[in-house]
Amino acid sequence: MSEPPALGRDDVAHVAGLARLSLSEEELDTFTGQLARVIDHARDVSSLDVHDVPPTAHPLPVRNVLRTDDPCPGLDRGEVLAAAPDVEDNRFKVPRIVGEAP
Amino acid sequence: MSPPASGPPASGPPASGPPASGPPASGPPASGPDRAEWETVVGLEVHCELKTQTKLFCGCKNAFGDEPNTNVCPVCLGLPGSLPVLNAFAVELAMRIGAALHCEVRPSSFHRKNYFYPDMPKDYQISQYDEPINVGGWLELPDGSRVGIERAHLEEDTGKTTHQGETGRIHAADYALVDYNRAGVPLVEIVSRPDIRSSAQARLYVTELRAVLVATGASDGRMEEGSLRVDANVSVRRAGAGAFGTRCEVKNLNSLRSLGRAIDYEVARQVALVEATGTVVQETRHWDENAGRTVPLRSKEEAFDYRYFPEPDLVPLAPGSDWQERAAGAVGLLPSARRERLAGLLGGAPTPQQVDQVHVVVGQGLDDLIVAAVAQGAPAGLALVRAANELAADIGAALALDAGTFGSVVEMEGRGELTATQAKAVLAELLAAGGGDPAKIAAEKGFEALSEGSLAAVLQGVVEAHPEEWARYSAGEEKLAGFFTGQVMRATGGKADGKAVAAELQRLRQ
Amino acid sequence: MTADGSDSAAALADAVRRGERSARSVVEAALGGIAARDPELHAFLHVAADGARADADAVDEKVRAGEDPGPLAGVPVALKDNLCTRGIPTTCASRILEGWRPPYDATVVTRLRDAGAVVVGKTNLDEFAMGSSTENSCTGPTRHPMDPSRVPGGSSGGSAAAVGAGLVPLGLGSDTGGSVRQPAALCGVVGMKPTYGVVSRYGLVAFASSLDQIGPFARSVADAALLLEVIAGHDPKDSTSLDRPAPEVVRSLGAGVEGLRVGVCEELVADTAPDVSRRVREAAEELAEAGALVEEVSVPEMRLGLSAYYLIAPAEASSNLARYDGVRYGLRVDAPDVAQMNTATRTAGFGPEVKRRIMLGTYALSAGYYGAYYGKAQRVRTLLIRAFDRVYEQFDVLVGATAPTTAFAIGERVADPLAMYLSDVCTIPSNLSGHPAISVPFGAGDDGLPVGVQVLAPALCEERMFQVAATLERSAAARARAGQGEGRR
Repeated sequence: MSEPPALGRDDVAHVAGLARLSLSEEELDTFTGQLARVIDHARDVSSLDVHDVPPTAHPLPVRNVLRTDDPCPGLDRGEVLAAAPDVEDNRFKVPRIVGEAP
Repeated sequence: MSPPASGPPASGPPASGPPASGPPASGPPASGPDRAEWETVVGLEVHCELKTQTKLFCGCKNAFGDEPNTNVCPVCLGLPGSLPVLNAFAVELAMRIGAALHCEVRPSSFHRKNYFYPDMPKDYQISQYDEPINVGGWLELPDGSRVGIERAHLEEDTGKTTHQGETGRIHAADYALVDYNRAGVPLVEIVSRPDIRSSAQARLYVTELRAVLVATGASDGRMEEGSLRVDANVSVRRAGAGAFGTRCEVKNLNSLRSLGRAIDYEVARQVALVEATGTVVQETRHWDENAGRTVPLRSKEEAFDYRYFPEPDLVPLAPGSDWQERAAGAVGLLPSARRERLAGLLGGAPTPQQVDQVHVVVGQGLDDLIVAAVAQGAPAGLALVRAANELAADIGAALALDAGTFGSVVEMEGRGELTATQAKAVLAELLAAGGGDPAKIAAEKGFEALSEGSLAAVLQGVVEAHPEEWARYSAGEEKLAGFFTGQVMRATGGKADGKAVAAELQRLRQ
Repeated sequence: MTADGSDSAAALADAVRRGERSARSVVEAALGGIAARDPELHAFLHVAADGARADADAVDEKVRAGEDPGPLAGVPVALKDNLCTRGIPTTCASRILEGWRPPYDATVVTRLRDAGAVVVGKTNLDEFAMGSSTENSCTGPTRHPMDPSRVPGGSSGGSAAAVGAGLVPLGLGSDTGGSVRQPAALCGVVGMKPTYGVVSRYGLVAFASSLDQIGPFARSVADAALLLEVIAGHDPKDSTSLDRPAPEVVRSLGAGVEGLRVGVCEELVADTAPDVSRRVREAAEELAEAGALVEEVSVPEMRLGLSAYYLIAPAEASSNLARYDGVRYGLRVDAPDVAQMNTATRTAGFGPEVKRRIMLGTYALSAGYYGAYYGKAQRVRTLLIRAFDRVYEQFDVLVGATAPTTAFAIGERVADPLAMYLSDVCTIPSNLSGHPAISVPFGAGDDGLPVGVQVLAPALCEERMFQVAATLERSAAARARAGQGEGRR
């Protein structure tokens, strides 16, 4: 089994971007050190050969949980919009969007 | 989304080099490359909104056109602490689609597709990823060609974003407004194999697929309302080449027309690019309908890292064989069978015009109305014409129309109790009012057309009053037919049917 | 009556139901206690005094009208502030949710209200339940009820401290990696995590969805059982809720342990402080004394739990916490475009531990690393479940420590995330396997602070687990009377 590479500063900067977090240079250093230790500790898992073991996504084997297609009342629009940071014309207002959705 | 193993595999050199610029905005270059040398390869991803009462994971109404943010709850707004529960009828409709497309229904599961976008309340989309509900299959087109189906999977729709600002276009907008009524509406994404070889075939595929979706009851098929949305994976290769070329995904194809234009444009652009530089850059492109061109959205390197992982709030789905059979049994007649059924009712070889009309009514899901009308005694040809023209023009109201009511109107017209103009007016009234009694509407409009007997009596009176003209007409002076018709119209206050008068004149002369 | 002389929840409810005490007087007493004690403890983020009084009056009205006021009539309950309460602030101790009032109640809150319980307030936690000391709260730490220089454990430290200090007889927390059991052990109260799916998660602000369970805090095993029966049971709003009735744990309390096969789990003893491991061995001896068949057992796969957990939980959290984007509710920090607004909001709204876990989880899921980290952790999860299945063929329950040490000093582990994560090493395996586990106070450590003994059981064997827990509680009480293992009071 080939082990994944150690986590570095660039990785932390990359995931911070993906997660929409901005880090100062100092934070980047601190977080890199801390996260690298956790990832290094996780080598006991990441270095295991478990390719023949199926993954567990759910702790209990339940399937086919469904509901019937019956409408039920939703929330009051006034209450919903009252919680929003900014609203216009009964819709949620956000700054301009650069780029399209995937 | 781009599910695994769909569309033509990217080949050729790694995507690099200068950003691709297309031919001029006027469209594909007129004096372009020799198109016969090149083969078009297209795979389509069609997103179909399912016609359920409620959303995919909550009990909010699935409705188009309601007041913004009125069909929302903690689940579809992604409020902290809320959890999804899968709509059984959405699963049922997905299986109907699978059955109609000859897919295999498999045990499936949901994943989270993670990316930030304000129209997505949880900032992830719940979608089926490596275990879709429907796998494999095909769709036969009316021209006899077959397009393979890779998969047809369930996922949730996003909310609707409106860009506000000078032009309403994204890049010039000052801010945006979001309505979450559509967030969580169930979608089935149908991914074709890269089997399509021309823009015409692509249009034919979408037209036929749309008819299938309508026939199964899964969709209302309204592209103009966005309930059917199409993305195209387009590549080109030299005729006879085995390997696929590098593909580009084209988005924002909101009509059959844009689908065809975009593919033609993209093919020309890619051919020009390969001939000039030897390569196409793999990227996602946006179809600009007004400019008539595709523009780059993002390159392969800029592709999103969606960090798919199994949705822990949902459990796996494994419909039993009894449920699968029930769903397959509910599919009903597919469009090809529906077209044959109508052709059978028309009797004999249909005219080219009738063939078109048959496609229209089957595509709109109006053929059941015709079949019922004919069973009731209405003439098939007339029912087809009225459905393809008058009903198709107001499809929402037409689908809600009672079959017996439609049949009555066509019957009245068939018996000559209504003229064509009057029948159209009665239908319009019925569609506008959402139903009613055709005879009563005709009476209110003063459309009491003359019965054959009274028409004969009126004509007899006219003939007796004009013996000289009658003699000339009897001798073969055809233009006098107009004279007699006019006299009958005057006598009946315009209620007589012109065709019926002509027929009666002929009968009387013999 | 519980060991410290305060009224049990069961006794309070009985008195209210019989009309001997008014719910209002019970609630006023609790509010008075909170007002007096909480400025020092900081167990509460929000005290819902007006609502609590109104709810108490409604209970009293039912009693007067001769209606059934429910099994928890008039009993004050404290809720961890990651449980949604309609109209009452729910912040998860995060700046990003400051001022948010949910438009709906969590299912457990609805069930509590239906049972006549009175919600007196929302308790402090590590931000979004990420932590083991309640120091990661944007409002500052909660203090240990017996020693203000120490942490109460976490992440449900507020509820644990409130129950431990006697401010309320019952509390609810959430347990993703031990966040109910570990603070219960540190504060000297009973805390349990049900089998995954026994209690609805609807309305619990998600941390790691495949691990989260809501669990009760109480000062006695009997009260914990009573509370579990009220909150457990199928909920159609949670797809992972099991379609079966609530476990009948109250009935099982007196059954004893005669003939039960108890495994003392080496991995839950060996790595703990000597004063903690000593109590665990004494507890095992007491169970043997009471008729259980006690043996040592090793489950080596448990040692992989910590790493698997710190890949799976952050991965799910990174996705669960994406929705805090400044668009629909909570904090927004303005910026020229929406992506910058998201970033500014999240950067200002989340504390450092939450950021660490979001980045860790994003990394574990990101292209190229999924297989090595998240994917592998899920396979290790399978290994662990198989190991439990194997060991439960030989044993009915396992026992071990709940936490490696007694309550540690405020600030002691803040600078070293990995050291803090190790606080959860004994509790994490049950979250990964989905099995139930309970922490019962059992004497004190060398510092005089409480030690908790953990009982683990197979899935859906809550009844058996409570049998053992009740026996341990009786033994601990007997030992305390005899002067053994006495801690601080």
